[in-house]
Amino acid sequence: MSSSDFLAILPMLIIAGWTMVILLVDLFIPRERKGITALLSAIGLLAALVVVILQFGEERVAFGGMIIADGYASFLQLVFIISGLIGIALAYDYIRRQGIERGEYYTILPFSVTGMMLMAQAGDLIVIFLALELLSIPLYVLAGFARPKPESEESAMKYFLLGAFASSFVVYGIALVYGATQTTNLDAILTTLQAGQAEGTLLLIGAGLILVGLGFKVAAVPFHMWTPDVYQGAPSAVTAFMAVGAKAGGFAGLLRVFLAAFPELAADWMPVVVWIAALTMTWGNIAAIAQTNIKRMLAYSSIAHAGYILMALPAAGKTELAPEAVSGALFYLMAYTITNLGAWAVVLALEKKEGKGLEIEDYAGLGARRPLLAIMMTIFMLSLTGIPPTVGFVGKFYVFRAVIASDLIGLALVGVITSLISAFYYLRVVVMMYMRPGEPETRSEFWLNFSVGLAALATLVLGLLPGPLFEIAGNAHMVLLP
Amino acid sequence: MTSLLSILNLVTFFPIVGVLIILFLPRNRHNAIRWTALIASVITFALSIKMLADFNINDPDLQMVQEVTWITVAGWDIKYHMGVDGLSLLLVLLTTLLTPISILSTWKAIEERVKEFMAFFLLLELGMVGVFLAQDLFLFYVFWEFTLVPMYFLIGIWGGPRRMYAAIKFFLYTMAGSILMLLAILWLGLNQGTFSIPELIQTGGIDPQLQIWLFLAFAAAFAIKVPMWPLHSWLPDAHVEAPTAGSVILAGVLLKMGTYGFLRFNIPMFPEASLKLAPWMALLAVIGILYGAAVSYAQRDVKKLVAYSSVSHLGFVMLGLFALNMQGIQGGILQMINHGLSTGALFLIVGFIYERRHTREMDDFGGLWKVMPVYAILTLIVTLSSMGLPGLNGFVGEFTILLGAFGSSPIGSRLYAGFAAAGVILAAIYMLYMFQKLFLGPLDKDENKGLKDLNWREIVILLPLLILIFWIGLYPKPFFELMGPSVQKVVDILQTAALAVH
Repeated sequence: MSSSDFLAILPMLIIAGWTMVILLVDLFIPRERKGITALLSAIGLLAALVVVILQFGEERVAFGGMIIADGYASFLQLVFIISGLIGIALAYDYIRRQGIERGEYYTILPFSVTGMMLMAQAGDLIVIFLALELLSIPLYVLAGFARPKPESEESAMKYFLLGAFASSFVVYGIALVYGATQTTNLDAILTTLQAGQAEGTLLLIGAGLILVGLGFKVAAVPFHMWTPDVYQGAPSAVTAFMAVGAKAGGFAGLLRVFLAAFPELAADWMPVVVWIAALTMTWGNIAAIAQTNIKRMLAYSSIAHAGYILMALPAAGKTELAPEAVSGALFYLMAYTITNLGAWAVVLALEKKEGKGLEIEDYAGLGARRPLLAIMMTIFMLSLTGIPPTVGFVGKFYVFRAVIASDLIGLALVGVITSLISAFYYLRVVVMMYMRPGEPETRSEFWLNFSVGLAALATLVLGLLPGPLFEIAGNAHMVLLP
Repeated sequence: MTSLLSILNLVTFFPIVGVLIILFLPRNRHNAIRWTALIASVITFALSIKMLADFNINDPDLQMVQEVTWITVAGWDIKYHMGVDGLSLLLVLLTTLLTPISILSTWKAIEERVKEFMAFFLLLELGMVGVFLAQDLFLFYVFWEFTLVPMYFLIGIWGGPRRMYAAIKFFLYTMAGSILMLLAILWLGLNQGTFSIPELIQTGGIDPQLQIWLFLAFAAAFAIKVPMWPLHSWLPDAHVEAPTAGSVILAGVLLKMGTYGFLRFNIPMFPEASLKLAPWMALLAVIGILYGAAVSYAQRDVKKLVAYSSVSHLGFVMLGLFALNMQGIQGGILQMINHGLSTGALFLIVGFIYERRHTREMDDFGGLWKVMPVYAILTLIVTLSSMGLPGLNGFVGEFTILLGAFGSSPIGSRLYAGFAAAGVILAAIYMLYMFQKLFLGPLDKDENKGLKDLNWREIVILLPLLILIFWIGLYPKPFFELMGPSVQKVVDILQTAALAVH
């Protein structure tokens, strides 16, 4: 172990170490001043953000191949830290007015961020599992944060049970892969495969089980069943964080494992993933139409978006196309994160106590009542649909490009047609806000407004001038890509 | 050459200035908002006249070109690339003319949320002008999709009773077509290595079989927009529910984005496919002409009648374009303008009477000539223009199109032109029927007896359209000269392709 090893995980060390300090400090912060904990927690994340940016794109293999620091990891860590920061900003007033303010919120959340960040840097299947648990367990707690509210408890319980189930799939998959290749190191698996020394059937089953486990985390059909209930039951601020962070975390592992360790098996997993992606886009978007609750609608929308991101995986199946496809997925993840956090922030602004104000009908009249908020929600809805000039459109453009480049025209067709379907339910929110009369009650809190405004601005600016982000995503290569 | 304040940038983006000022005006200062929007759009029109003055009639290529790299991604150079040529010049002018006219027409009709209305209207203008000037596929697509958003709000917020249904239907229909176009655009970018439209046209060399697929993907977007039969069913809903100004822009400009798309993209980029598919396109066009006319005749609602007549008129435009010869295309372009003028005027006229009576049922009227003589005479002129009376603009366009279609070898048969000519007669029937129901006969409804004739504002709104209706009808030469060289260029591309096929 050298100092370079620790340099590779410095951002995670900062967050984890600092959060443990906060854990202690929080004991001495009076109950009514938990805002201080939030601030401290945010400072830790910001410090890590700075380090990630300073180290951006530096490539290191650390801890004997356990940890890979590369552009891919750095980019995803940006995504995670941003969602963590916004997660804190959104929670700041929200958990207070919901009467669930406890200092632990601001310490549990950064731990989950650490898990996600570890996932992005994982170079070994064991680390993948470690990261998966580290990102999930805090989320189980957060989902139940509104206890004794039954919905919240149900959400936590469901998420925990199914999450544990999925984790066991991953572990079992890892075990089988180890059995087939005698190693858990991603690079070594690849070498074994290339040398033709792996036990074929065992390996395929193992890879399949890992796909199932991580597919659960990203909420891909048919492993998505938990999503609507968990998203609906969890406190909305948690859901916002979960919908972007946990999903991106799952993808961080999924792309890494399949592209770094299993590219040789591409012929086998490509068709499967194509079908999963197609089903995810289709079912997510169709089911979203039927929802009347905005949280459930956004849950299904997040399922659908998992499908769009997932399209990049088969598109990366051909080695020479992989870098572009990965960049596309990364860009899309960032676009989705920004837009979705904005949309959830608006949900928070309308949510009242006891889960009122969460029906789509409750948005009636928002256009007249809070014009600015409604315009921003419109921007988010258009971005999620993929209408220019928003970042959502650019993200779709980038991903579809990769899909067409690898001749998956059928998948691309499913993608665009389901985008069309999605327009229907996203527009319904816009219809409600502008075309139905109503008197919605809204919140206007500083950090909430700040988050909405920032997200809307980013959605538009990155939609019009995506160049810099393109460049960053384009250079965010995986170091192990063969 | 490329500069921020060049004329093309100004024409496209000047409406933004109006939007920004409007955003800072207090919500209840309706008149200030209206004047701001009107002045912004009039200045935009003046800028477009300057563009016309700078335009070199003899140059077939793009002029006043603006080209800056916008986004570089994965080896693609996506450019902010704008330019004007004979194919787009008149359409830009039509857009910048119809926008202030429409804004003026809302002076009394829009009383609620004036601020948003005007902001959306100016944004719509920006999008439309951008569509006609963009010379990069990505940029074009951005403008193309962007126009959806303000129009969706215009229909959805200020429309009639079924506005939500109409707005969503409009949005989904249009988007359905454009996503297929997006795939084709991506394919072109990947395989031809560029999004630049002139470059794509120049490079060519796409396998004829593939061209058919690409043609169809682009056609999906454009045919829905035109709309061509059988993809027209969004149009009557959107038109009937839209506020008057929205209908004027919808019929006057938005539909032309479809026909323009065929002319700018499908024909020059996929010439072999165009030649091969010309008979089919002509067939759909002719069905559209006859179907639109027949359905128009069956309407009892004046606005619906005018809406369906658009299907018929746009059928003529499509027939002309896919005659794929000089007369056909020139006639097609001119007919786009004509339809914008006549149908725009017709929607305004319907709007005037609706504001007075709050009904559009023909049975509620009759004998209006006696109480509203000025209105009746102006309506008569527009009606005659729309049905193609010699001496007015519609005749020139339709006649040229029919000439082109008769002499067209790609279409292959004169039958198409023959049936289309029957459409002209049908147009006369339904238009005159409408006129008779509204203005002739006894003035037997009490509600109609007190109707006031047009006021000055309303006459001023119609005047520019009437002047152009006569001008094009009596002396169309300058209009043909404007588009001539650019059309010739398209025809040359087609001839090269035809030689290659044989």
